[in-house]
Amino acid sequence: MSPAASRSGPAAARGGRGSGRASGPSAVAAGAGAGDRLSRLLAMVPWLLERQGVALQDAARHFDITTDQLVADLELLFVCGTPGHMPDDLIEAEWESGHVYLGNADAIARPLRLGQDEALALLVGLRTLADLQGVEDSAALEGALAKLSAAAGDAAAAAATSVQLDLAAGADPHVLAVVRGALGRGRRLHLSYLVATRDETTERDVDPMELESLDGRLYLQAWCHRAQGVRRFRLDRVLAAAELDEDGTPPAEAVARDLGSSLFAPGEEVPLVVLDLDADVRWVAESFPVEEVVERADAPGGVRVRLRVADDGWLRRLVLRLGGSARVVAPPALAEQVAAAARAALAAAQNDDGDDGEEPSGDEPPEAPGAAARVGR
Amino acid sequence: MAPAQRTERLLNLVIALLSTRRWLRKEQIRLAVPQYSEAASDEAFDRMFERDKEELRDLGVPLVTGTDAAWFDDEPGYRVDRDAWELPAIDVTPAELAVLGLASRVWQQASLAGPASRALVKLRALGVEPDESSLVGVEPRVRTSEPAFGPLYAATRDRAPVSFRYRTGRTGETARRRVEPWAITSCYGRWYLVGHDLDRGAPRVFRLDRVGPGTTRTGEPARVPVPADLDARALVRGRAGAPAERVARIRLPGPAGAGLRLRAGAPADAGEVEVAFADLDELAQEVAALGADARVLDPPDLREAVLDRWRGVLSAHGPAGGAPAGAGAAR
Repeated sequence: MSPAASRSGPAAARGGRGSGRASGPSAVAAGAGAGDRLSRLLAMVPWLLERQGVALQDAARHFDITTDQLVADLELLFVCGTPGHMPDDLIEAEWESGHVYLGNADAIARPLRLGQDEALALLVGLRTLADLQGVEDSAALEGALAKLSAAAGDAAAAAATSVQLDLAAGADPHVLAVVRGALGRGRRLHLSYLVATRDETTERDVDPMELESLDGRLYLQAWCHRAQGVRRFRLDRVLAAAELDEDGTPPAEAVARDLGSSLFAPGEEVPLVVLDLDADVRWVAESFPVEEVVERADAPGGVRVRLRVADDGWLRRLVLRLGGSARVVAPPALAEQVAAAARAALAAAQNDDGDDGEEPSGDEPPEAPGAAARVGR
Repeated sequence: MAPAQRTERLLNLVIALLSTRRWLRKEQIRLAVPQYSEAASDEAFDRMFERDKEELRDLGVPLVTGTDAAWFDDEPGYRVDRDAWELPAIDVTPAELAVLGLASRVWQQASLAGPASRALVKLRALGVEPDESSLVGVEPRVRTSEPAFGPLYAATRDRAPVSFRYRTGRTGETARRRVEPWAITSCYGRWYLVGHDLDRGAPRVFRLDRVGPGTTRTGEPARVPVPADLDARALVRGRAGAPAERVARIRLPGPAGAGLRLRAGAPADAGEVEVAFADLDELAQEVAALGADARVLDPPDLREAVLDRWRGVLSAHGPAGGAPAGAGAAR
């Protein structure tokens, strides 16, 4: 805790006002810009004025910052004030006792209204939750929408319609409803699930933990009884879902992970692959957790990436899909595997060309096209 | 300048503009805020002040300009409109505050993350503790990786016409487009701009990842009339998930291809599937990924597109990979 500057001290005790104190060694919210911090200060001052003597820790917790950050904020307030900036013009702040007292801050005693982008971000978020039925208590959602719209004013509410998130597109509404229901009731689910990387369909019971969306897809994070671990399931690959008449509380060791950061989260033990990407498939570098991205001198807009790949089959399918716009640089064995797969595919296709009329290809029954399953919905 | 010093400057500026009854001219502001004395020149001060004004407006500070009748020149003065300053008293319940927190997390990894979390801090200052018991664990998230998002979002919000370079998906040609933006929409993991295309005189949907650098505004804000009955999401869904127009026949000799069987609604052991599709390129990718485990029987253009991908892979992996002579001379 910093040695609190006492209000009773002479003006000189404020030493170096405007240059040193607030930017001293005290912690400042990491990553927050000047605007974010100012916004927090303007929110904090009215709150503190109404709660004279509140404990440092309580105030820090309420604003989701550390006490060091709070003290740094108070130090900053302490050197600001009305023009003239004589001692009597400055904001009074006292926290030596572990309790915060604030004074002489009349100019900023009232909380600042929401900015246009601020109101818009929340309104759009609320509408998205309404779309996904993301809240059990719909009264809370409707109340929040109504009160926020009122606080934001008509202009902001109107502007908020200019941004729309359509996150449920692509998911089967029935599957979504079943998953959402089981999550709300805390029930176990049975899933038929397509594991795309292995290209197979699996049956499993899971305890649902979180329904998330990222980049237009919905994912269910759940404790999987088959794998005995936390797994993430893409909703558009759930072929069928049924709520079971069983409690779905995940075991204590099940910890949900944040989606964007750890979609694959490969470990050190997973082999490293070097891939050259042309400009048109640069998105690969943004879609998977790559360890390094270097611009390529030989291909404008292209990049060389290093990524960890646990499953050779996954990489082979990815490179085949990208059709020549990606090249496996290392390891050489994997490059050969990919080339061999392409060669085999071309050979098999040519084989087909030859058997149009007479000769059936080896592994196909002669009547193949006729006997094929024609299932369409 | 260190962020802490800038915060200090901004706070002193806000207090100065809030506590004045008269309009403050730039010169007066420069004297009233101690940190402006660090500006080495008039130009440096002007730049600082412009940036600060912009920042304050972003935060919601109602900064207004006007002139005093006694002034003889037309240089404006500034102050903060105190009547417009205050957040209206809203009695949010603990459950509502929890829902608002969830709504703000939607933007956690996107360009509106800053405003979303600032808004929440302001609401927290109303003094309510959130009660998260009504949340069920639905955590929607969006990302805004397209560089065009920033300028096009702002133009759409401000209803200002824009012009940008756009690469058409079908032909791959790039041309400058002039658009009155109506809405910006995220669907299927992509951002789209819906608006009135001024050159074509009709509504159009644009993918943000095909917008080139250099978006410019071509008119004042609040100039774009947005149709009252606009359903931007329907327009985007109609285009992005364009109704399937054609059907492909694909042979799946082995167990591989579960994804295609799922898409076709075929049983897990189906040896041939019929897949409806709209985007040839996208289906070609999906089939190509399967290698020898999938063969396009029909239509021929899809079959050719898949073969092209395999040839491309072979050529990219060149002679070092043991490709047939001539296939990979490039590398």
